[in-house]
Amino acid sequence: MNRKVDLPLTKDVAASLNVGDTVYLSGSMYVFRDAGHKRLFASIEAGNPDLDYAGETIYFMGPCPALKGQILGSCGPTTSCRMDKYTPYMFDTGLAAQIGKGKRDKASIEAIARNKGVYFAAIGGAGAIYSKCVTSVEVIAYEDLGTEAIRRITVKDFPVIVAIDSQGRDIYAQ
Amino acid sequence: MREIDGSAITALIEQHIAVIARNAEESCAARLKELADSESNPTAAFALKVMCDNIDVAAAKGYPVCQDTGMAVVFAEIGSDVRINGDIYEAINEGVRRAYAPLRKSVLDPITRVNTRDNTPAVIHLSMTKGSTIKLEIMLKGFGSENMSKVYMLNPAQGLEEAKRLIVRTVEEAGSNPCPPVIVGVGLGGTFEKACMMSKHALFRKIGSRNDDAELDAIERELLDKINALGIGAQGFGGKATALGVFIEKYPTHISSLPVAVNILCHCSRCAIVTI
Repeated sequence: MNRKVDLPLTKDVAASLNVGDTVYLSGSMYVFRDAGHKRLFASIEAGNPDLDYAGETIYFMGPCPALKGQILGSCGPTTSCRMDKYTPYMFDTGLAAQIGKGKRDKASIEAIARNKGVYFAAIGGAGAIYSKCVTSVEVIAYEDLGTEAIRRITVKDFPVIVAIDSQGRDIYAQ
Repeated sequence: MREIDGSAITALIEQHIAVIARNAEESCAARLKELADSESNPTAAFALKVMCDNIDVAAAKGYPVCQDTGMAVVFAEIGSDVRINGDIYEAINEGVRRAYAPLRKSVLDPITRVNTRDNTPAVIHLSMTKGSTIKLEIMLKGFGSENMSKVYMLNPAQGLEEAKRLIVRTVEEAGSNPCPPVIVGVGLGGTFEKACMMSKHALFRKIGSRNDDAELDAIERELLDKINALGIGAQGFGGKATALGVFIEKYPTHISSLPVAVNILCHCSRCAIVTI
């Protein structure tokens, strides 16, 4: 099924998405990957979180620099399983959805189901296509991390597949 | 003795990295289009179509085809009748530095994780041959797929059948992570590092090309069929398109061992072979 979905993702919309659905996302999301998660968790452990992600969607991605005519450079997904370590805590503390590529571990799938979240798979390697969907970008934190800084981007008709739905059904297990 | 200036090597490296970062290798792009047209699993077919569209958009607009513009790997084969003016390592790295100015810088210190900020150093493998030319084989290697690569030190009793089983299992365990349909490079024999080097070098082969060695050719075909029967499919969404090719290089090994290295490349090969 093909659907257009707005971000931030509401609980009702999340619950209506089924594994395997093709979804075109529009709205804003946070973007960061390995180093951003590592530093955010250090701030959480220190009792002073650097980011409030409740109700938000996080896209695992580190962009290329923007070229002439681009708002953001090539920006396809990175491998999500490297962020599995952080995922249960983030869904348990209010994260609505993640976007990345590839299979997830059992604890992450259970956390997504427990919290009625969603994991979307973007198409790995499709960096040029995704850059055309970006309408704005802003660095929010950790600018010294370069491509791994925390960014907030706005996208229009950003194509993804529902890889794990709110019932915990997993496209990679089918 | 032919003299080649380091600056000529720098210029070629810069020029070719700029091209391959934005253009999927032709045989690879062509095979993806065939698969997009023939895939019956709708989700996998959607993914293949997006991948093909992405390759077209990247080429038309001059955008990097993937945001992971990789770590540069260069095999340089130098003719013994060539004298290089300057340091060949620095010449290659200067080309990398210049080409990556508008690309993502992904190279950092393994301990401090501090980025070198210009994507240097490249991984450079030098070898010597006869003649008066330099052959440069350049690859931009992304690490979603590099991370899924494996090396096994088998004992002789395990033999070729176990090697084949492990090659297929490596692709199966990698699953959706390396952006399938993948390209599989295999090094069979040699030592630990020789097997790894061969598995990387094998990835320069064109999709659809046959191995000159009839025995290896048969193994490549058998493994490709087995891998495409795994059902992982494009992006791990299922279907027939799990691998675009399996390419094997071999080298004599020790009586005690059978080294097997499996280097995985994503669906989008970014490589060039040039001769100076």
